[in-house]
Amino acid sequence: MSRYSAFSLLRGALTGHRHWQPAWRDPEPKSHYDIIIIGGGGHGLATAYYLAKVHGLKNIAVLEKGWIGGGNTGRNTTIVRSNYRLEPLHNLFEFGLKLWHGLSDELNYNVMFSPRGAMFLGHSDADMVKLAERGDAMRCDGIDADLLTRDQVAKIEPLLDMSRDARFPIQGGLIQRRGGTARHDAVAWGYARGADSLGVDIIQKCEVTGFVRDGDFVVGVETTRGRIGAGRVGICVAGNSGHVAGLAGLKLPIESQTLQAMVTEGVKPMINSVIMSQSLHCYISQSDKGGVVFGGDPDNWPSYAQRGNPMVMEGAVAQGLALVPALSRLRMVRTWSGVTDMSFDGAPIIGETPVRNLFLNGGWCYGGFKATPASGYTYAHTLATGKPHALNAPFALDRFERGATIDETGSGPMPNSR
Amino acid sequence: MMRIPCPHCGPRAQSEFIYERTLDSVVPLNAPSQEAMAKLFTRNNPRGVDDEIWRHTYGCRAWMVLTRHRVTNEISGCRAIGPEALP
Ligand SMILES: Cc1cc2nc3c(=O)[nH]c(=O)nc-3n(C[C@H](O)[C@H](O)[C@H](O)COP(=O)(O)OP(=O)(O)OC[C@H]3O[C@@H](n4cnc5c(N)ncnc54)[C@H](O)[C@@H]3O)c2cc1C
Ligand SMILES: [Zn+2]
Repeated sequence: MSRYSAFSLLRGALTGHRHWQPAWRDPEPKSHYDIIIIGGGGHGLATAYYLAKVHGLKNIAVLEKGWIGGGNTGRNTTIVRSNYRLEPLHNLFEFGLKLWHGLSDELNYNVMFSPRGAMFLGHSDADMVKLAERGDAMRCDGIDADLLTRDQVAKIEPLLDMSRDARFPIQGGLIQRRGGTARHDAVAWGYARGADSLGVDIIQKCEVTGFVRDGDFVVGVETTRGRIGAGRVGICVAGNSGHVAGLAGLKLPIESQTLQAMVTEGVKPMINSVIMSQSLHCYISQSDKGGVVFGGDPDNWPSYAQRGNPMVMEGAVAQGLALVPALSRLRMVRTWSGVTDMSFDGAPIIGETPVRNLFLNGGWCYGGFKATPASGYTYAHTLATGKPHALNAPFALDRFERGATIDETGSGPMPNSR
Repeated sequence: MMRIPCPHCGPRAQSEFIYERTLDSVVPLNAPSQEAMAKLFTRNNPRGVDDEIWRHTYGCRAWMVLTRHRVTNEISGCRAIGPEALP
């Protein structure tokens, strides 16, 4: 793999940019791998990268039914932050946030991570109490969080409707200044290029259609490109977790739902941070190209459709316009959706399954992009050693029957009420 | 947006309805703890047809069972349920 640098770019410019090579190979599947990862999203590719990089394993494949990054990785609104209230969550996401801050260097690939600040809005006294509680919980673990007054919020985002009779009055906020956004595709491509250069086979257009079993053990997978043997198999398929685990006879604490996002035409900078309101469930940021990206609630019923319902989109747009009235002057150019793996406590599920040598990484709901590096790093540990990593241990699949759920919003086992 | 054929009101816009849970995840009052746990916390979640409980919340407010395909959204049945139909 040739290294990307300003110098290589300059040298390429002198020769008419004819030096570019494919960033990863397109290998035929081998008959056996030590570890197979199902799903070539950011999480699967990051897992493969850290397996090769940190654990020195070489005989690894990532099987992707479509093209890499074509799932939720390439569809998300790219908000990266670690400002969760519960300890297991903020510890995992904070580990990830630290990796984000060095990721472009680590991968020699510009993931365009932009720590512009992730700001929650508070709309009532109760909201402000909740935000303060969350900020305190984070600071106790050494994670940055600053409570903001109304004036401080207005200074960061002058286009917010701060009037007293606003539809959603703003009383203050909580900001995590190290949070921000990144370029979704680049994250998949950067990890893919890194993993490939360390010997990982990335096999696209290869759907897993079944598991090969030997008693309690999984010993391989059936795919649209034939049977492939495996030492260990890691599921990493986001919205398709229920379907793929079902192929192994497992029934998961996951229900798949659609989540939509949308983007306006590109304009000059108007949104400086990532604006979020959890009381409303609305989030707004501006991409480096200038489009204002925003999203809202999931479509609150089960779906694998990968297309959204205008009714829910209307709700998100109404919230966005109420918060930032100037948005009403922009044309919306695209809307899309992804299938999210809504878990039954809102937290991810990482670790072993009742089937030996079969592991699961899923249940990220609508918030797993920010976890990509941490998820990959800790899942790689689990796949390499067969054991939990300290940071993913609380997220074991059996936590539901142990009564050890990690319910950030306290809304119980109802994915459709998150 | 789907059009849901309410057994009481006829076809109505989906925006009048709210999804509750799948039919097989209603917990019987006398369920042993293992069964209650499984019904509360796990789902078949098929990439295909399932029976779902919906409510015509902003209409007649009745509960009903919708048989729906989760990729195509095709509705192949909608029947009324009353308290006697629930375990
Ligand atoms: C609209 C939207 C907005 C979001 N916004 C945010 C956000 O702002 N911040 C945030 O942190 N998170 C966000 N998320 C969530 C985030 O996108 C996901 O949690 C995360 O990207 C999941 O990554 P992944 O690699 O696990 O999944 P994916 O990228 O979906 O990868 C899974 C891959 O598995 C493949 N696959 C499925 N079945 C099979 C099979 N049988 N065989 C082989 N391959 C298979 C799929 O094709 C897919 O490429 C959002 C999600 C959506 C949909
Ligand atoms: Zn009705």
